[in-house]
Amino acid sequence: MTRFRSVYWPLLFAALIAVAMVAVARGAVSLPLGVVLDALKGTGDPTAIAIVRDLRLPRVVLGALVGAGLGASGAVLQGALRNSLAEPYLLGVSGGAAVGAVLAFSLGGTSEPVITLAAFAGGVIAVFVALAVSRAGGRAARADLRTLLIAGVIVGAFANAAIMVALASAAPNTVRGALWWMMGSAVDATWRRVLWLAISVALAGGALIYRAREIDVLALGEDTAASLGVDSERAGKRAFVIAALLAAATVAAAGLIGFVGLVVPHLARGMGLRAHRPLVLAAGLIGATLVVAADLAARTVAAPTELPLGAITALLGVPFFLVQLRRLT
Amino acid sequence: MIELENLVVKYHGAAVNAVDGVSFVSARGQLTALAGPNGSGKSSIVRALLRRAETPTGSARIDGKDVRSLSYLDLARSVAVVPQREETAFPIRVLEYVSLGRYPHLGLWRAPGETDRQAVEVALSQAGVTELASRDTTELSGGEWQRVRIARALAQRAPALILDEPTTFLDVAHEMAIFELLDSLARSGLAVLLVSHQLNLVARFADKIVLLDHGRVAISGSPAHVMNAERLEAIYGWPVVVTRDPAVGAPALVPLRRPHHL
Repeated sequence: MTRFRSVYWPLLFAALIAVAMVAVARGAVSLPLGVVLDALKGTGDPTAIAIVRDLRLPRVVLGALVGAGLGASGAVLQGALRNSLAEPYLLGVSGGAAVGAVLAFSLGGTSEPVITLAAFAGGVIAVFVALAVSRAGGRAARADLRTLLIAGVIVGAFANAAIMVALASAAPNTVRGALWWMMGSAVDATWRRVLWLAISVALAGGALIYRAREIDVLALGEDTAASLGVDSERAGKRAFVIAALLAAATVAAAGLIGFVGLVVPHLARGMGLRAHRPLVLAAGLIGATLVVAADLAARTVAAPTELPLGAITALLGVPFFLVQLRRLT
Repeated sequence: MIELENLVVKYHGAAVNAVDGVSFVSARGQLTALAGPNGSGKSSIVRALLRRAETPTGSARIDGKDVRSLSYLDLARSVAVVPQREETAFPIRVLEYVSLGRYPHLGLWRAPGETDRQAVEVALSQAGVTELASRDTTELSGGEWQRVRIARALAQRAPALILDEPTTFLDVAHEMAIFELLDSLARSGLAVLLVSHQLNLVARFADKIVLLDHGRVAISGSPAHVMNAERLEAIYGWPVVVTRDPAVGAPALVPLRRPHHL
């Protein structure tokens, strides 16, 4: 197994900064690095300042926060469920959050806090429905890997259907909003939205990092966790709820973006990380880098057409998922 | 010291009690074996001691304190358990794994200190796995993995140690090595409670055997007292004889072939 070296931390930061700089510079109008740096400082061409500060930077920061949230959420779900295929999208958490957000939206709640809270509620309900379904069939103590995935996919399908129903009876502008949620996009990034997501990511991510050692113990199984002084039932639920809140916040900000939560924790473990405190941090950094890069691809690959961000991450994530599934079954 | 007094364990919706008024003492400095047929309540007693089962009446005490009155962390500082089954979902280095045994002392946030490092070092050496410290848990053989799990429990530095079937799937040499280790741990002053099906080995190593049947203590005491052919035959529902092991002199159980009806 690879050993993690502390020199990887500055490398992970550097990779994020580098990808973010390229993402701010590239687009319909490509700006030289010098112009970007000047614009960030608020000097130089006013058009460039507007492009960098009002259009691209909020989008890049939003993408980074979404990726960080999904990566950290996936790392914790995988650890607490002892399941390397767990992630918010596949467990239906993101779908549930999207239902909450779309319902709030179509009922006229368009402010960030209302949508975020509705997404929280939907995500938390979805995670418990998926867990309950997957446990109903087998032994009460342990959710089976395959049943859990099927339950998650079913909850996700139900969520999609609920969104379709909301769509069919909604006003045209709501339709655009609902579709946008289902495909995942950072296109509507505003500083206000970035602020709300940043608060959620900081609070939920901080809670996960604070409780990380408990997740290390949970990953050993319920009996062992109990023997080490962790109330596995409560600690597990707490981890699911916080991870679901984190994923729901990203859904409220940028819609359904799948597979980031699946791929990123594997990359972090591949660097030799095991303990969840550094693992969650690294998953946050790698997730941020990955989503900023995917969003850059979404904007530039087929320009001027913009591709849905959720589709890009799915194209990358599905083959990875299949390889993992093959390895496990 | 682990003390059970009229302990009852009842699972939700079950018609009968899984453990139905069991009393015994597992004293410090002794190896106490808990044996009995499948479903006789052995693992339920372990679960009760971990506060993972409903115990409507009776009590389970560790050094005089009822386990239900202790916080989960206090309980883990009083008794270390090697559960029957354990799957690590993700490979982890043996050293990191054994260090998780310090969780009851460190909690969520405290950094490990000299005491913790020393406890881990001693646990690794007691279990004979020091040289495995930098390996991954997935690279271990069955025998190595069991010893590493025991090291993790020893790192807890609890005065009582419970092991649920630690030698299942192990070959003779590895099984003997585990029994020798448990014996030396008991001699060092721990209260060791061993759940095991291996009556013959238990009869050679244990100071006391508690034999369960249908959730009750069928017979308990010294190996010589418990290894009684008539009682064992009734409990296991299988014809047996008890002889004396010619090599070591310990009582030995020999299950008979069922007579073929001609």
